[in-house]
Formats: sequence, structure tokens, C-alpha cells
Amino acid sequence: MATFFGEVLSVYSRAVEEDEEELDENEEDAEIRRELEEKREVHLHWSPEVSESLKSGNKLPCSEFILAVGHNAARFLSVYALTSENWDALGRASVWNERSGGVASEESTCVFYRPKDNPAVLICQVTCYLAEDQLFQWTEKVFGCLQLRQLNVTVLSESSVSEFKTADYLSSSSAPFLRSLHSAAFSGKPVCKSLEQPNIVTGLQAAVLNHCEVHRIPSVVYQCYSDVIGPDSVTMETFKPTLTKLGKSIKLDPSPSADILRKIVRTTNIQSNLYI
Amino acid sequence: MFISSENSPPCFKDFTLVMPAVAVGNVGQLSVDLIVSTLNMSRVGYMHTDCLIPMTGNNPYATSNENAEELHTPAEVYTAAELKLAVLQIRAPIIQSKSKKFRQLLVSWIKSSGFSRAVVLSSSQAYQRDDQQMKGIPLRYLVTPSLLKDSEDALKELSWREMERVSAYPGLTDANTEPRLYVPGGGITKGLYTDSCAEDVPLAVLILFCSEGDNIPDAFTLVNHLNDWLHLLDDPSQKPNKWKIPTSWNLLFGSGIPPALF
Repeated sequence: MATFFGEVLSVYSRAVEEDEEELDENEEDAEIRRELEEKREVHLHWSPEVSESLKSGNKLPCSEFILAVGHNAARFLSVYALTSENWDALGRASVWNERSGGVASEESTCVFYRPKDNPAVLICQVTCYLAEDQLFQWTEKVFGCLQLRQLNVTVLSESSVSEFKTADYLSSSSAPFLRSLHSAAFSGKPVCKSLEQPNIVTGLQAAVLNHCEVHRIPSVVYQCYSDVIGPDSVTMETFKPTLTKLGKSIKLDPSPSADILRKIVRTTNIQSNLYI
Repeated sequence: MFISSENSPPCFKDFTLVMPAVAVGNVGQLSVDLIVSTLNMSRVGYMHTDCLIPMTGNNPYATSNENAEELHTPAEVYTAAELKLAVLQIRAPIIQSKSKKFRQLLVSWIKSSGFSRAVVLSSSQAYQRDDQQMKGIPLRYLVTPSLLKDSEDALKELSWREMERVSAYPGLTDANTEPRLYVPGGGITKGLYTDSCAEDVPLAVLILFCSEGDNIPDAFTLVNHLNDWLHLLDDPSQKPNKWKIPTSWNLLFGSGIPPALF
């Protein structure tokens, strides 16, 4: 497109990518595409006894699935839940995408836990990046392993406050804050305000909520909007109102000792050089 | 895959389907929003597929606090039974590597549901028009042979203009190159049309030439154009603005500004 002064600009669209002529695709292109697709597949690795029972057709019994997406949400669960009870690591999910570097990440960034004395509860912490085309697959695969009867899903997730739209100006003191979204089958009362229009939620939390809405599974998402980039304790504390609900199904430590907090909340000491 | 949100699956027999193509300026999607919100259509199901980027939020067509907390998903189907009208709204971009799969999903769903016809609302980059496309109104149509049989007279009466085929190599006069259908910025529009031609699906496409920006006026242009054909709203001259803008169109250009600026 040319501007008023004759400068030629390339135009890109927020809605669509530039058309790709599919006709030109040859055998080799198709094979590369296929291989790439295979490489991007989501894999679940369960512990031996779980994979055994899945193989024989018995899905994981689960009445409470608690999913934490993002560093703050995951740390919140680590501090308040995972330290207070005996938990078994039940399995993990591994993904490869453009952000995971050269090799498939073996790091445990998406782990499933179950309390030793209560097999009906499952917790999952996701701190890795899942690409847009992997979200749906992750959800289908994970829910495919769970018994859906009497299943309740709670998702803790986070987003930047810059993505929150409101007619009133948000002063810096208002962040971080919590908003909720729930599926039609959810009958309880969320612990915070519902997400206002025209705000939307994307990412893994959206994929899970879509799945639950379509398959009529009671589910609620608590999304924290924070103004801090990276993990911090204030953002983590924003999830505290959910403790009353979570406490019904799992044992919690409502006031963790400073030691535990210190161990988990590592202060990211990146000095800003903006004002030097 | 279509999943019903009601207990009994809806019947689409002899319904007209209106759906957007996710295209430049999101004009088709905005137009569909206007139809759903104005006709007060009710949701009957979801198009649950891995071809769309997941997103969710509360009711985009909320009219009061009571119906505000209704979850919506990336693709949903609404109906107005008295008008024999069904609408598919698509709210998320299509994952590029899965656009072919998505087209096939749509075509097979349209075929199996028994729609009498499908109308795709789409748009194309205004800056890529050739000379003949720049003449007259910026609206064009495409229609598959199987729909042309029934709608030829109606289309003639409307005196709409068909989308011109453009030469593959502009400026070169080569007798060997056939003019081709080209919808830049139209997303799956062209593929959906050619698939429908091959599969004998009665489908029409309405295309608006536009650029990206504030595309609300474009949405009104396109939906009024569609109304000339389908007569979704009677007597359009009565009220100045008969289409109802949904609540989800608020704050399209961002949040409020800090009062301390003034």
C-alpha cells in the first residue's frame, strides 16, 4: 500500500495471515509439514501404575482437578497446598515448540500431583509455554485420561493488566486483581467478580474452559491480572480468596512459614537499567 | 465437530446459514455479531474444533446482568427458527496449518445439516483491487453452480456484481494464462468457495473490499447488502439505525485514559 507521500508499505492484517497458495505444495513440503506436526505433539508420561490402569481402560478417578497455569499460580499451589500434605508426582506432559529451544524439553514444567491419602484430587502445574496449536490437544489428552463423572475443575491463571479493558482508568494501585469465568454447569458461587465484557481469556485456561463448557463439566477459572512481569509474591497472594473453596477438597496450609515462602518465592533480581 | 448445547439436537433442515470468513478487518465477523444481537438469536451449539485458537469470555450479546454470565466459545451456532435462519459466529483466528481441515469440516457440516443455502460474509484487501474492481460499489458476490440454479433471478434483480477474475500476471497479455479468482486477505474464502463448487454445496459469498482500521462502518455496509437479499429486517428505512450494536463492541480502541492527563 502506498502512503500519501508515495512511500510503499507492506500491509499485514490482524485477522488473517497472508494467503498461502496450497497448490504449490509438493511431496517434500508435505513431509516436512507432517514431521513438524508430529514433533509438536503433546505427550503425557504417567507413572507406571497409572499407565497400567489407563491401558486396561480404567481412567483416573478424579472429582477435583486443580490446574495452575503460569508461574504465580503454580507457586501459589506449591506454597499453600503442596507443602502441607504428602503428594505423589503422578506424571507429566512434555511439549516441543518454537520457544522450547533445540531439544524437546525434559524439564518438569507441567507436572501432575495427587495426595497420598485422597486419590480423587489431581493438581497440575503448568509453567511452560504451550503454543496456540497445542492447547486444544493438551486439553483433549488430559481430560481423556480423567473420569468425567462428578468432576469439578478449578483453574488458576494469570495475565498482564495491560490486557484488561475497562472504561475507567486503572490506577497502579488497583492491580493485581482477580476475575472469574465459569462454565454453564458450574453451580457454586465464584469467590470474586465475573470477568466483564469486552474482556476475553486466551491460552490454556481458555482451552480448558471451552472443553468443560462443551462437555458440561462444572469448571471455574480464576484469572489474576498483574502489573508485574515475572513471578512475585504480591501477585501470588491475589489467589488467596480461592483458598476457602480449595480447602474443601485438599488440605491447605493457610499461613505458610516464612522459610517456605523464601524458598519458593525467589526474588528475580534483575536490575532495571532504564533510569541509570 | 458440531456439539449441541441443548438436550435435543437442533434441526437445520431448509435453514439458511450465514457465517463469516475470518478476513481483513474482521468485517464478516462484525456483521454476524450485528445479526445475532439484532434478531436476538438463541445459541444452539458449538463448533468444537482444534482448528481455532482457544478463547473464551462472558456473553458478548448481554442485555442485562441476568444474562451477562453466559460463557462463549470460539465458534458457536445461533438460530432464529421463525426466520429459518442459522448463524455460525467464528471469534478466533484459524490456525494456519489447519485451515484446510477447517474448510472440510465446514463443508461436510453444511452438507450433513441439510441447509438450503449458506452465505459467507467476507472481505478482501482494498489495495489489491485491479482497475475494473475499483469501479462502482466495493461489494462483490460469488455463487456456486448449485445455488445459481435457484437464485439466478433474485441475483439478477438485485443487480449485484460478481467478483471479477483477475489476470495471473497483470500487464502481460498471454493467451495461455486464464484469469483466476483471487481474494487477497480473504482467509479461507476462496478455498471454501472452490470446495463448495466441487462438492455441489449451495453457497454464496459476499465480499467487501476494505482496509483494516475502524471497520464498524464496513460491517454495516456488508450486513445491509445482505439484508437486500435475505430481508432479515423488514422496512429498513423506518429507523435510522436498525442494527443493534452488541455490548462486546465496547472499548474496541482500548481502555479509558488516565484523568491526570488533563
